[in-house]
Amino acid sequence: MAAITERMALTHPQARSYHGVWAWLASVDHKKIGIMYIYAALFFMAFGGAEALLVRIQLWQPDNHFVSAETFNQLFTMHGVTMIFLVAMPILIGYINAIVPLQIGARDVAFPRMNALSLWLFVLGGLFMYTSWFMGGAPDAGWFNYVPLSGAHYSPGAGVDFYDIGLQITGIGTLMTAINFLVTILNMRAPGMRLLRMPMFTWSALITMLLILFAFPPITVNLILQMMDRLFHATFFNIPLGGNALLWQNLFWIFGHPEVYIVILPAFGIISEIIPTFSRKPLFGYESMALALSVIAFLSFMVWTHHMFADGLGPIVNSIFAITSMLIAVPTGIKIFNWLATLWGGQIRFTTANLYALAFIPLFVIGGISGVMLAMAPADLQYNDSYFVVAHFHYVLFGGTLMGALAGLYYWFPKIWGRLLDETLGRWNFWLVFIGFNVTFFPMHILGLEGMPRRISTYAPGYGWTTPNQIATVGAFILLIGMLILLYNLIRTFARRPDLVADPWDARSLEWSIPSPTPEYNFAQLPLIEHRDAFWVAKREGTGELPKAEPPGPIHMPSPSLSPFFLALTIIIAGYAALLHADWLALLAMLAVFWQIGLQLVHEDPGYHVHPEIPAGGAAE
Amino acid sequence: MTRHRRPGFKVSLPLVVTLAALLLGGCGLGKQSTLSPAGPVAQAQLSMLYESLAIMAVIFIVVAAVFVYSLIRFRARKTDTELPKQVHGSTALEIAWTIIPIIIIVVLSISTVHYAFALESPPQGPGTVQVQVIGHQFWWEFRYPGTGVVTANQVHIPVGKKVNFSLQSADVVHSFWVPRLGGKTDLIPGRTNTLWLEASKPGVYYGQCAQLCGAGHAYMKFTVLAESPAAYRQWLRHMQHDTVSATTPAQQAGLALFKQDCATCHTIQGTPFQGKVGPNLTALMGRPTIGAGTLPNTAAGLAQWLHDPSAVKPGAKMPDLGLSESQIHSLVAFLETLK
Repeated sequence: MAAITERMALTHPQARSYHGVWAWLASVDHKKIGIMYIYAALFFMAFGGAEALLVRIQLWQPDNHFVSAETFNQLFTMHGVTMIFLVAMPILIGYINAIVPLQIGARDVAFPRMNALSLWLFVLGGLFMYTSWFMGGAPDAGWFNYVPLSGAHYSPGAGVDFYDIGLQITGIGTLMTAINFLVTILNMRAPGMRLLRMPMFTWSALITMLLILFAFPPITVNLILQMMDRLFHATFFNIPLGGNALLWQNLFWIFGHPEVYIVILPAFGIISEIIPTFSRKPLFGYESMALALSVIAFLSFMVWTHHMFADGLGPIVNSIFAITSMLIAVPTGIKIFNWLATLWGGQIRFTTANLYALAFIPLFVIGGISGVMLAMAPADLQYNDSYFVVAHFHYVLFGGTLMGALAGLYYWFPKIWGRLLDETLGRWNFWLVFIGFNVTFFPMHILGLEGMPRRISTYAPGYGWTTPNQIATVGAFILLIGMLILLYNLIRTFARRPDLVADPWDARSLEWSIPSPTPEYNFAQLPLIEHRDAFWVAKREGTGELPKAEPPGPIHMPSPSLSPFFLALTIIIAGYAALLHADWLALLAMLAVFWQIGLQLVHEDPGYHVHPEIPAGGAAE
Repeated sequence: MTRHRRPGFKVSLPLVVTLAALLLGGCGLGKQSTLSPAGPVAQAQLSMLYESLAIMAVIFIVVAAVFVYSLIRFRARKTDTELPKQVHGSTALEIAWTIIPIIIIVVLSISTVHYAFALESPPQGPGTVQVQVIGHQFWWEFRYPGTGVVTANQVHIPVGKKVNFSLQSADVVHSFWVPRLGGKTDLIPGRTNTLWLEASKPGVYYGQCAQLCGAGHAYMKFTVLAESPAAYRQWLRHMQHDTVSATTPAQQAGLALFKQDCATCHTIQGTPFQGKVGPNLTALMGRPTIGAGTLPNTAAGLAQWLHDPSAVKPGAKMPDLGLSESQIHSLVAFLETLK
């Protein structure tokens, strides 16, 4: 594809151009925002991984004193909070940002400035939570933060306040992302891009946004109720004064269960892109796959009480939720079978992206198997709160979500950064991660069945737990080496000259039809979509040029703006003020927040225009 | 250009490593193992494990076989000239792989619902033993309603009888779990849960708290001592009529110290010491451990505990009393009379 030159026309005095770091802070471009999400997620992953390694060192042998019990509780709490809220969600949202507008033939998302605000709320909210380590201690009541342990009486330090406030801040950003992408996907598809012509990754993003929209309000309510208790002496969760411990659990899990589907559905979408590409066949059962995503999302709101089987809610409640929890395996199984049928009869290429995508299948099936076992409520009374559950969720979250995220990294790296990650290093990375993962987490099934509870800072000898724990710790270090190789791969690849290949994989969807890295405006002329996998069809039937939906002309772009960054910063200041009981400062900061929001509501961005030049003979009518 | 190593190697090496991890992980039968049931509740729950594992293993083998076969048979070859057949789907297959999993789930639901009802608390009757469990940070209080017997961290039950545990918490959420006898139920402040268990054979069964409850969560263990009904009744009588005898000078010094430093928190049946904050110490010497499974119940263990409880057990609410070595010696002498 010939290089397209462009000229930035500054047609309005308010359009500014920023340079260096400021260009990134002020960017409202979904592609730059996606890159920042991915960088930040990888940054937090280093911390979440370090927390895990410290936990595994402490559990190396019985009666170990590597870290104190208090520190241990902070380590596993922050490990869980980090990996779910600061790694898994952001990296998937990063891919959604970078890729979904390209896949639907759009030039950006519906609300570019709100998109930037979502990013900064995540980055600054995550950093805010991490400062807790230096300000009296990190949250230490587990990632699900049960009451009354997490209340002011039993957790008097500021740690849980960082949890309550930090997750509200990042959560608001996530809700905004949901609104943004729902509107974008429903309203801004290129002409002819019917819903059933969209790529499966975009489908998974659409359904995920619906999940976020309905799942995040309950946890927001929960966090606000607890913040009211802890900072302003309310008694929602103060048991002696009439509070209810199960209220926290119900609200948390009504969020918490859909949350795990929020982090797996985009990974499913990634697998659904990669396996067809590297099998050279279309995705088997496209309509079933889209339907399965929808059924999974619906059912995910019907199962939350399986986290509460040991709460004594009675056989009727436990039976109902056991059945719904088993039922959700049906649409999930349908997806697995459709991926297998895609591979069947194909021509499978074992690129690193595909190795990760392929490994996802057996690992997620194992996680699903332990999931069905856990769903059987009476039996779950043995597995619940033991290492069996830890094994289960790591198989689906790491063997599922993270393998999917790493597959996506290798797959979309050339599109986002204009160069390919090294394949030899990729193989070393993959195999060490795959082996390290299984060595770490498979023994945990055994530990759970041997009676080892979760979240214990140490254990005694003589239970048969020492050897499996040591195997798991060794596995964690193998994982570390695998991840360091990924880091090395990233550094080396960034140091090299870009390849600039638009379509290195001979792929199927629209993002591969435009240059790598993608120009600011995405498409010089929006394409007219006449098929599913329209780019693949265009390649097989012609030159790979898609028919255009509009004549060439100036493209209207949103102006960059520092407002989202400063608004997020003001919210953080309010958060610190509330936590430090500086109530007047908190009030002032919240007034400043509403002032800034008000300004955004009345300010009209005229934007600016870009005039991409089409090479002679290349403009399509 | 990508190298194509034999895919068999790709599969067999990690499989071997993983199997080794599994086997070396030790499928042994430890003292808190769910795989070594000693009562009907644990036995029923284990049968559900085997049923689900058997069906899931079949599914996994089928999926793995198709998967591995595909990777080998359908790998790209340099001799490929044209695209593979571009198959879009099959309604028949979609129906089949929807219906079959639903059938499997119906099968698993039968035992699930059956045991959900069967393993709920039985009605109260004269043959059922009632034990009241109160969870504290970080120890277990056991009360026997109607007998006046209170103990801590080791609960006696008669073999072969259903024992109905009522579960309450004095502070945060805890969970009562003795795997060899059955699954767990949480102790949630503000409500009373119930759980029934039964031991089929005499012995000591190990349990511990299974819900994060603070810094001392890992140190909140307990034991269930299942004994013949006659021995159980004898123990109850003993606990009701226990007396204290301090004869030697060391024991008497210890008794005086106990009255001064310990009685505000601890109870000993049959004495004026009726503190309700900490564990009941009646017949303390009958327990294998102290500190809810933290230290052995020996002179050395007791001395170490008295020296500084929270140095041994994080989060322990018992303060360091600043006792001298000779004071500790006297107290231990006295405590050893609590038989």
